[in-house]
Amino acid sequence: MLRNGERMIRDITLGQYYQADSVIHKLDPRVKLVATIGFIISLFVVDSWVGYVVAALFLACMIKLSKVPFSYMVKGMKAIVFILLITVVFNLFLTPGEPLVTFWKLTITKEGLRIAVMMAVRLSFLIVGSSLMTLTTTPNSLTDGMEKLMGPLKYVKVPVHEVSMMMSIALRFIPILLEETDKIMKAQIARGADFESGNLIKKAKAMVPLLVPLFISAFRRANDLAMAMEARCYRGGEHRTKMKPLRYRGEDRMAYCVLLLYFAGCVAIRVWR
Amino acid sequence: MQTDRGNAMGIIKTDKLTFEYIRRDEEGNVEGITRAVDEVDMDIRQGDFIAILGHNGSGKSTLAKHINAILYPTEGTVWVDGMNTQDENHLWDIRQEAGMVFQNPDNQIIGQVVEEDVGFGPENMGVPTEEIWERVEESLKAVGMYEFRKHSPNKLSGGQKQRVSIAGVIAMHPKCIILDEPTAMLDPNGRKEVVRAVRALNDVEGITVVLITHYMEEIIHADMVFVMDQGHVAMEGTPREIFSRVDELKELRLDVPQVTLLAHELRQKGVNLPEGILTIEEFTGALMAVSGNK
Amino acid sequence: MSLILDHVNYVYGEDTALAVHALKDINLVIPDGQFIGLIGHTGSGKSTLVQHLNGLMRPTSGAIYYNGEDIHDKDYEKKKLRSKVGLVFQYPEHQLFEIDVFKDVCFGPKNLGLSQKEAELRAYAALKQVGLGDEYFYQSPFDLSGGQKRRVAIAGVLAMKPEILILDEPTAGLDPKGRDEILDQIAKLKEETGITVILVSHSMEDVAKYVERIIVMNRGSVLYDDEPRQVFQHYKELEQVGLAAPQVTYIMQALARQGMEVDTAVTTIKEAEQEILRALSH
Repeated sequence: MLRNGERMIRDITLGQYYQADSVIHKLDPRVKLVATIGFIISLFVVDSWVGYVVAALFLACMIKLSKVPFSYMVKGMKAIVFILLITVVFNLFLTPGEPLVTFWKLTITKEGLRIAVMMAVRLSFLIVGSSLMTLTTTPNSLTDGMEKLMGPLKYVKVPVHEVSMMMSIALRFIPILLEETDKIMKAQIARGADFESGNLIKKAKAMVPLLVPLFISAFRRANDLAMAMEARCYRGGEHRTKMKPLRYRGEDRMAYCVLLLYFAGCVAIRVWR
Repeated sequence: MQTDRGNAMGIIKTDKLTFEYIRRDEEGNVEGITRAVDEVDMDIRQGDFIAILGHNGSGKSTLAKHINAILYPTEGTVWVDGMNTQDENHLWDIRQEAGMVFQNPDNQIIGQVVEEDVGFGPENMGVPTEEIWERVEESLKAVGMYEFRKHSPNKLSGGQKQRVSIAGVIAMHPKCIILDEPTAMLDPNGRKEVVRAVRALNDVEGITVVLITHYMEEIIHADMVFVMDQGHVAMEGTPREIFSRVDELKELRLDVPQVTLLAHELRQKGVNLPEGILTIEEFTGALMAVSGNK
Repeated sequence: MSLILDHVNYVYGEDTALAVHALKDINLVIPDGQFIGLIGHTGSGKSTLVQHLNGLMRPTSGAIYYNGEDIHDKDYEKKKLRSKVGLVFQYPEHQLFEIDVFKDVCFGPKNLGLSQKEAELRAYAALKQVGLGDEYFYQSPFDLSGGQKRRVAIAGVLAMKPEILILDEPTAGLDPKGRDEILDQIAKLKEETGITVILVSHSMEDVAKYVERIIVMNRGSVLYDDEPRQVFQHYKELEQVGLAAPQVTYIMQALARQGMEVDTAVTTIKEAEQEILRALSH
């Protein structure tokens, strides 16, 4: 059971950076973060076929520019197939309106079809768009970008630096903890533990010999890491300099313009239609 | 500010250093007090290569953590470069002067890329960006890991990870570097890599090295060896002096390299070999001399 | 009661571009009651091999037989195999999780379907076999020292009453005396119960002292499979693949080069001592 989960986590293109030398890769992470959020918002702004075609074209262009193979984008979709299916089915069958097809007690309405397709499209584009961001930006740049963007929040006592540091440490340790999970599982299986068979309750109980050692190990690592950080003079975000400070370039400013145009276009389509 | 300097004090000095902690049982009731470090006196000169040996639980790691002020003494004092470790104002200066590398290769790497991890220390110290890059380059070259600077630490071997951590510490330009059992989790090749890197730092850059270990082969080139037992210094001397006392070492749960043990056993059986043989060359030389005299 | 590997191959990531041929045509017979040392540089395939022996991993091709039965046969009960072939991983104390030591050691037997009473009897016997005192039985495993935790973890596997015991670097992280104590305990266990032991180790000195047969792995294949005396004669080849011989081998070779008439194939200090004394008295 956990095996499949593990693979799923790896497939959810989280921290799955695809090395390539493209225009998109070289953009400042802040631009990509803002663009992704902007794109996701745009998906909910438009609600006509024209709008979705425009969004699709925009996305397709970005994918082409990124030089990342399309198959990688689609990988992320695997994880949400279930959610996608539920959304489609619910909307298809439970939306009131003009009936199209009926079998047994279930009716598919015209509105239902329309909404189901719309939701499917939105979800898919959302996943592909986010994947594009994580495929072209290293997790570290992402946290740097977020830290810089949320910078002003410092003045309202939001611990921006600390949150950013926590995120990058978590990302750094994900592969290590996954490996450790594997090791612990194997050690317990060698003692006759069974993670596969049984009902839900049995499976949950079977997780204890896996989770307890994992938690203890995670705490131990955290303790060690904290000591190592202090030994290297870490004392929070005050007076820290950056090895790779973020600075906007001409390409980034152009990217913002393109983004603005796209968004304006979406709003225009919504208003016009 | 007036610091408490002794006369011609070494880079690290401890005076009757004692560390105690309270043992509690499951309910939080006090069970007793453990003296992890017991009245240790040390005076380490700049440029020395010091080894601290001891069985697990002898107090060697606890002692080491006092040097960079991770722990504070219950009694006694520790000075680093003339600064008292209990002086809050000097905390970060002390940690910059006395860098520390730990046992677990994974649990001290923070960056997701080698060069970023090495830059972590200088970033914390507020070093300007340009200079950080210079320091990262020279540190990685000093440990022989420069070609790996853009790699992810996850793909490195244990010995390589430890070398990256050492680079991360020397990028802070410390006067001394303390290594707390850096090879305990490595395979023999990894151990060799790390010891070689550490010796180079001591020989070439003149950085004071304090190596804490229980592997006897690693300390052969130390200037001075301290052997800990139950929190106090049980033996003190040069490697040769220490290795001569094989039976004492065994009682302290330690061991000697096979060549030293073999020489010792032969001496017990009446063969006239000198004490404290450290290498195979010394052994064969001495043995040939003995057989030549027959 | 033997384990046979017949043309076993294992490839990681078979269908991907990064396929790694971790085990190449391995043919081995592990007979009853042997004390075997398994050595190899990191990445040589020894961990992969060891995980095949108790069915944790399945060969890409080839077969593994335990007592004449194919362990990957449809009807073969893997759980049964796990009780016969016990595997103690490196840093086994990381698998401890129960409220107290005793309960943790009972985990294995309970998983085999034994009654509470049977499980407790096994746990008690196993803890005695590793030399842990009664006073620790009801303490939390996390309150014990590193060496003690390790004994508890090993007891956890011994409680399954395996016929073959595989230990992956059981001395990792222990101080010199601790290393001797654990290996002596294992040797004693082997003497008393006749169990087959496979010791995976990086310490040539330890391996030379205890085992009767050494299997050397290199890049997925078996490089040597012989008694220690023979294997360490190939010290030059061992060095080329990132390994070494015990220091004693180098000492004897150096002496021989200086003209001393000694048997250079000795592998332990005791043997070396006898050889040198013999040579000196001529």
